[in-house]
Amino acid sequence: MASTAAAADSGLPPVVYNDDVVRKFTIAAIFWAIVAFLVGVVLASELAWPQVNLGLSFINFGRLRPVHTSGAIFAFGGSALFATAFYIVQRTCHVRLFGGRALADFIFWGYQFFIVMAALSYVLGFSQGQEYAEPEWHLDLFLTVIWVCFAIVFIGTVMMRTEPHIYVANWFYMAFILTVAVLHIGNNIALPVNIYTAKSYNIFSGTQNALVQWWYGHNAVGFFLTAGFLGMMYYFIPKAAGRPVYSYRLSIVHFWSLIFMYIWAGPHHLHWTALPDWAQTLGMAFSIMLWMPSWGGMINGLMTLSGAWDKLRTDPGLRFSVTAVGFYGMSTFEGPVMSIRSVNALSHYTDWGIGHVHSGSLGWVAFISFGAIYYLVPSLWNRSGLYSKKLAAWHYWIATFGIVLYISSMWVAGIMEGLMWRAYDSQGFLQYSFLESVVAVHPFYVIRLLGGLCFLSGALIMVYNLIMTVRSQRTNPGIEPFSGAMPVAAE
Amino acid sequence: MFIKHATIERNAILLLVLALGAISVGGLVEIIPLFTIETTVEHVKGMRPYTPLEQEGRDIYIREGCYLCHSQMIRALKDEVERYGHYSLAAESMYDHPFQWGSRRIGPDLARVGGKYSSDWHYAHLKNPQALVPESLMPHYAFLADSALSYDNITDKLHTLRAVGVPYTDEQITNARLDLETQANALADPAALLARYPKAVSVPGNAKTVTELDALVAYLQVLGTEVDFAGTNEESLQQ
Repeated sequence: MASTAAAADSGLPPVVYNDDVVRKFTIAAIFWAIVAFLVGVVLASELAWPQVNLGLSFINFGRLRPVHTSGAIFAFGGSALFATAFYIVQRTCHVRLFGGRALADFIFWGYQFFIVMAALSYVLGFSQGQEYAEPEWHLDLFLTVIWVCFAIVFIGTVMMRTEPHIYVANWFYMAFILTVAVLHIGNNIALPVNIYTAKSYNIFSGTQNALVQWWYGHNAVGFFLTAGFLGMMYYFIPKAAGRPVYSYRLSIVHFWSLIFMYIWAGPHHLHWTALPDWAQTLGMAFSIMLWMPSWGGMINGLMTLSGAWDKLRTDPGLRFSVTAVGFYGMSTFEGPVMSIRSVNALSHYTDWGIGHVHSGSLGWVAFISFGAIYYLVPSLWNRSGLYSKKLAAWHYWIATFGIVLYISSMWVAGIMEGLMWRAYDSQGFLQYSFLESVVAVHPFYVIRLLGGLCFLSGALIMVYNLIMTVRSQRTNPGIEPFSGAMPVAAE
Repeated sequence: MFIKHATIERNAILLLVLALGAISVGGLVEIIPLFTIETTVEHVKGMRPYTPLEQEGRDIYIREGCYLCHSQMIRALKDEVERYGHYSLAAESMYDHPFQWGSRRIGPDLARVGGKYSSDWHYAHLKNPQALVPESLMPHYAFLADSALSYDNITDKLHTLRAVGVPYTDEQITNARLDLETQANALADPAALLARYPKAVSVPGNAKTVTELDALVAYLQVLGTEVDFAGTNEESLQQ
């Protein structure tokens, strides 16, 4: 199925977009969101009550955690990125997706196959043992093929565009696709034990391996979870608000400074370790500088609402997107603070890090995706609007409450752990055993679980709302209800 | 600056090339010197490749995701050194493919857990952590005691590790299976094993089959025990 853009106001001939692949990726994103949140809730229960592990190898915390992290980042986040990238690039380039329907479908099914195989491999006991890069070499190779196809389709579409300028959202998607390819290859150079086994050994070891891993790991955050989602911000906020991007100049500064500086920040994951000091210092300096481009992007997103703030009352999707930008601002301030070596001495290895990651992933990544999904579903299925704005508002408030429970409990737990580990008694001995810190955080693990349950409940409300939206009466078949002029940057 | 941004944003290839440049600088400046600066990995005495059984145990440690709850990196901070022992050296993970420094301590650091507890304690603890430490959050690993270790690949594993830079000798690779079975059998004569791998700790095992638990305990028992700190001082450890 393809829909025709109402192009009368732009004076261009109508283009039949490939929205089929966008719909598929949107459904996948919603499905994987529920899976990732559910597994997160199970893991939170295992940490609150270890009996939940049940002594079963395949649901033990160690094997299940990569299912949660990969599920949230690559399955949910990745599918949302594919969906929005394909939706946005066609509309802002005013051209149908390059490469034809078969290639787009291959990307969709190939990526879903990768996700399922990766998750199965973790619970069955295959792992490279590097965080967020757990899939073994054969899956890595397969993902590389999918990614190259993604790059061909996206860049091909950009090159065929009928608009003279490449819209700012596409700069971010292009940087995301390019950098994730470089990171994925750089961090996964491994030698298989033999061609018949999944086991491989990374060619780097020890300190060098650690820095390459966190060059990858931190920029998975910077480019997968930030640059790509900033592309979403630069399209859906102006569209939903009906306003141009606040500042074209700021977009340029934001883009180039962000992608240049992010790459340097990896060593802040390795403060006080056996990584040489000069590398730690470089990582810290760039992490602090990174605060500025991050906030530049936040300001550009928020200020786009100038004159349209009233829409927050009436558009639940926009409310998610704008709150997401707020959380983005908060975590990109918290991150530089935690990258300061003396703060990191306290925060590293503790639940503070877990809280920080979730204020970014729940508050920013998930919320900006929810905002996009609430916009996309009525648009893609030709419905005049959501089934219920009230349910979307319930989703918003329950999810926000869940995030607040999650991150505040992790702040308290993390800072408490950090302080207990370094506490000395009046005689100059360490005051607490490690175990005492484990016991002390138990109540906060229960609160964290409640926060996660809230977030999952909110997402389930969204699923119900979207199903009812799709089942509702079709409006004006063939005409895209949301299409209007392309968002443009103000000079 | 030199070119108008309008030129860049009208040319996809130019945009990509410039973006590739922007994202390359940081990584190159930080990563390449780690391979070229000679003091990045300290020169210390005592480091040896893992025994075949320890390496198999390490692979199980990775398979079970132990690194998601346990770090293996004692930071150069007073309280950590007092709690866990001498801060970790880069040299101590130079044969670790991949490194297992970790990022979170849901459980304690394991960088120097070797020799801290008896092997019997580890067997009992891994099977049922709460039996020994009631408040522990650790899952049970009793299933490792019931799984026979599959070590058909051990020679290939050592070959692969040598290819990525671990200095296994031909003798060590030839005797891989023998060494593995010797270390898992407390009654076997360890002389040849110890000649090839000093300080290797034999694990009690059950004499009939080598289990995955045997391998994991052998790995835990070597952690942090290899470096001879008697021959080092602060200056010699300067990176």
